[in-house]
Amino acid sequence: MIHKFIQEDTRIVLDVNSGAVHVIDEIIYDVLDYYKEKSEDKIIALLSEKYKKEDIIEAIDEIKTLESEGLLYAEDVYQNHPAFLNKKPFIKALCLHIAHDCNIRCKYCFASQGDFKGQRSLMGEEVGKKALDFLIEHSGSRRNLEVDFFGGEPLMNFEVVKKLVEYGRKREKETNKRFRFTITTNGVLLNDEKMKYINENMNNVVLSIDGRKNVNDYMRYTVDGSGTYDIIIPKFLKMAKMRNGKDYFVRGTFTKNNLDFSKDVLHLADLGFDSTSIEPVVTDPKEDYALSEEDLKKIYEEYDLLAKEYIKRKKEGKGFHFFHFMIDLNQGPCVVKRLSGCGAGTEYLAVTPEGDLYPCHQFVGNEEFCLGSVDNGISNQEIRENFKHAHVYSKEKCRDCWAKFYCSGGCHANAYNFNQTIYKPYEMGCEMEKKRIECALFIQANLLK
Amino acid sequence: MKHVKTLTKATLKESAAKGGCGECQTSCQSACKTSCTVANQECENR
Repeated sequence: MIHKFIQEDTRIVLDVNSGAVHVIDEIIYDVLDYYKEKSEDKIIALLSEKYKKEDIIEAIDEIKTLESEGLLYAEDVYQNHPAFLNKKPFIKALCLHIAHDCNIRCKYCFASQGDFKGQRSLMGEEVGKKALDFLIEHSGSRRNLEVDFFGGEPLMNFEVVKKLVEYGRKREKETNKRFRFTITTNGVLLNDEKMKYINENMNNVVLSIDGRKNVNDYMRYTVDGSGTYDIIIPKFLKMAKMRNGKDYFVRGTFTKNNLDFSKDVLHLADLGFDSTSIEPVVTDPKEDYALSEEDLKKIYEEYDLLAKEYIKRKKEGKGFHFFHFMIDLNQGPCVVKRLSGCGAGTEYLAVTPEGDLYPCHQFVGNEEFCLGSVDNGISNQEIRENFKHAHVYSKEKCRDCWAKFYCSGGCHANAYNFNQTIYKPYEMGCEMEKKRIECALFIQANLLK
Repeated sequence: MKHVKTLTKATLKESAAKGGCGECQTSCQSACKTSCTVANQECENR
C-alpha cells in the first residue's frame, strides 16, 4: 500500500508497510497512478502527451527498483509477527487522578470542571501508594514506569504528589524499576517552591494554555469568571526557562471559536515556548464550540500554514517543536508499538482518587468501564481483553488506512464517545490526524533538502 | 536515482526484528491526552 500527496511543490510517496518515505518528481507521481494497474505500454500511451517515452520508461524502472528493494508496495507482514502476537500485557503507566477538583472552570472540560461527574475529591496518600505498588506488581519485566499526576488540578493536592514521588523513589530502589513522573497543571497555583520541586522531580511537565489571551480567557477562567492568561503566563515562562532542556509542553485546545489556531501556536512560540501541543477539542457535537466537518477545510489550511512557518523558523534558527509534527523518520517507535495503539486499558490505566481503575483518564466517570481497584486488582478482565484486541488490524477502518502506523488506530475514548464502540475510530479525528502526518512528512522533506 | 530522493528506508520492517520491548513512553502520557499520535515517540531500545 502506498500513499502519495502534494504539499506546496513537494511530492511525497509513503510506502505504508515498509515505512519508507520518498520525495518524488512529477513524472513518478503520475506514473504511480497507473503502475500497478496497467502495462508499461499502456502507461506510456496514457502519459505520452505530457512526457517523453524514454523519461516514462526511466521512471518506471526506478519504481521497479524501489519495489524490488522492498521500499515500495511492500507487504504487510506484521499481523502474525511473533513480537506482536507474544507481546505481554504488562502495565507500565498510570494516570493518577490526584485531584477530582479544579480551581478554574474551562468551558470544554471533559472532566466536567474537574469532578468527572462525581463528588469533588482528593486522592489520599494511601490510595496513591497502593497505586504505585499495583503498578510495580503488574509491570512484569518492564523497567521504565510512568506516572502522570493529573486532575482536575493536581496542584490542589501537591503535598500528596510530593509524598508519592518520595515513595516511588524508595520503591524503585527496592524493585530495580525507574519511575518517570509527569504533572499536568493549569498553572494557577504554581509558585517558586512548587516550580523548583517540579523541575527537580518531574520528567515532563504539561502546562495548560490555549494560546492568545482572548482565546485562552474565553475558555479558561477562574471561578469568578476572570481569564487565567495573565495569571499563568509569567509562571509558565519561568517554569519553561527553569526546565533548561528537560521536557515540558505548553498544551492547549482549539475549538470552533479559534479555527485560526496556527496563530495560537505561533503566539506561544513567539513568547518563547519551544514545545507546544494544541489539540482539537473533542466534545458533544451539540456544543456551540464543537468542531464539525465543515470546519475541516479551514483546519487543513491552518496546519498547512503552520507547517510552512515551522520550516521557515527552523531554517532561521528560531525553530520550535509542535507535538504532532515531531516525526522522527529514523528513530521512531517500533512497528509493534505502532500497531498496538496507545495502550489504554492494557499497559496504561487511570486511577481515581478513590482507587478505582479505568482504561484511561477519558473513561473515568463512566462506570461501565471500571476495571477494578488498587485494592482488589483488575476484576473486569473482559474490558481489558476488549482493549487489548482493539488494534489496527481489528478495526475495519484502520486496516486499509495509510496512516495506521502513525496514529495506531486513534483514541479509544474518542471512538467510543462518537460511535459507542472502541472499534470504530472517530472519523474527524482521523482526517485531522492524516493531515498532520502529511504536514510532518512535508516538514521532514523540506528540512532534509 | 534521478526521479526519487529517499528520505528514509524500510525502518518499520527493521524495527520489527527487535521490537516490542515496551520500555518506551506511553504515547498519551507525553502531551496530547486526547488524540493519539504514536509515531512521534522515541524508541528506548537503540
